[in-house]
Amino acid sequence: MSTWLEQFPVVVSALNEGFLQTMKLFFVTLIGAVPLGLLISLASMSSFKPLKWLSRGIVYVIRGTPLMIQLLIIFYFPGLILGNNIWGGGESGRFLAAAIAFIINYACYFSEIFRGGIQGIPAGQEEAGLVLGMTKSQIFFKIKLLQMIKRIVPPMANEIITLVKDTSLARIIAMQEIIWAGYSFMKGSHGISGVIWPLFFTGVYYLICNGLLSFLFNRLEQKLNFFR
Amino acid sequence: MALLEVSNISKSFGTTSVLRDISFTMEKGDVVSIIGSSGSGKTTLLRCLNFLETPDQGTVRLNGETLLDASDKTVPKEAELRKRRLHFGLVFQSFNLFPQYTALDNVVLARELLLREKCRDKTQRRRIHEETVEQARQLLTQMGLQDRMNNYPHQLSGGQCQRVAIARALALEPDILCFDEPTSALDPELTGEVLRVIRSLAERDTTMIIVTHEMSFAHDVASKVIFMDEGIILEQGTPQQVFDHPSAERTRHFLANYTGL
Repeated sequence: MSTWLEQFPVVVSALNEGFLQTMKLFFVTLIGAVPLGLLISLASMSSFKPLKWLSRGIVYVIRGTPLMIQLLIIFYFPGLILGNNIWGGGESGRFLAAAIAFIINYACYFSEIFRGGIQGIPAGQEEAGLVLGMTKSQIFFKIKLLQMIKRIVPPMANEIITLVKDTSLARIIAMQEIIWAGYSFMKGSHGISGVIWPLFFTGVYYLICNGLLSFLFNRLEQKLNFFR
Repeated sequence: MALLEVSNISKSFGTTSVLRDISFTMEKGDVVSIIGSSGSGKTTLLRCLNFLETPDQGTVRLNGETLLDASDKTVPKEAELRKRRLHFGLVFQSFNLFPQYTALDNVVLARELLLREKCRDKTQRRRIHEETVEQARQLLTQMGLQDRMNNYPHQLSGGQCQRVAIARALALEPDILCFDEPTSALDPELTGEVLRVIRSLAERDTTMIIVTHEMSFAHDVASKVIFMDEGIILEQGTPQQVFDHPSAERTRHFLANYTGL
């Protein structure tokens, strides 16, 4: 059994690799879920009733069930039930399945935040735009959008920080993210086994990452403080 | 021919009838004051004229052109609706300024977008911007806000906000400028500064419809007064006729509650 000092560089390099996967899943989810969430929120406010109920139904199901189950269903359903494993056997297939599950799940949470942000804008803002002869799209982009962004920054910060931590759930389909990497030293990896501190040490990565995110969101909140 | 002809406008919300058979006309340069107790339908009438509500019945004609005919159920295209809307301006009780824009940009925004749309040539954008800003500066100066142009709405008093809102509406050069209780959210001092501005607009022959609870202001400034009660026009005429010689008992009762006339 090697000493702690000898283990450290080996562990850190493995955790770094895992954290890279964590960050990849994080960013891909963010980039996919924000526009999809906006679409779902617009659909859930649509005056076309079937679209509205469809989108609210999807949000109900996705928010009402654990993300872990959604991950398992999306990963195993095609192969075990339909007999066609579209994800393939490799790490990239696992990543893709995880990314799709995360994007759908987070888009639903985001959509509710967006809906709150849009509906919270006083009706007088739209009416003022209308009587000034502005089009619906001008009213959205020139008047409502920034007011909405200001309103949703705090709840979005919450949700995005949760996302960083939730990526660890992808381990359930054996995606090799940082918790998976930390856990591997208990089972045995890189000649080290039965060691638990790497698993605990992953917490430091999350803390640093979320500290940075909190800082950025605080800055953004201050930047948007020029109006009320 | 009258500038504005409103004929037989009716409007219900569910089973509540808010406007019943409203008809009146006004000439260019007229200042029409609409008075009456809360819930009498004054605001709904203004909102109908500005296409924020659709009446169930009636027509609105401006300069002989039919802007609104409730019996015509075809929904106008957005572009057409916007064109009709721009005949009217509306100043709200709660200002509804855009909080993320300065006073100047609040006045500039809509007009610049409109002019840009009419002129697809991108090289003209700079000229359009400069012209719109210049016009906005003049309007804000006319409102006595030359020192406040670069302030955001939350940095302005209620009276200043309302004057920005008036400049914003004037920037689009409406044929008729409507005011929906422009001073109801203001204390007496701020009310005075807003009423002075409206009075100066009247002196420049701006055509206006003013819904107000300021009776002495309506008496002095209006060329025509309309008294509404429970969705109908109970009385209309010159300020002298309506204030000094009201014919209906209800009008006398309403006016008796306002002293200092």
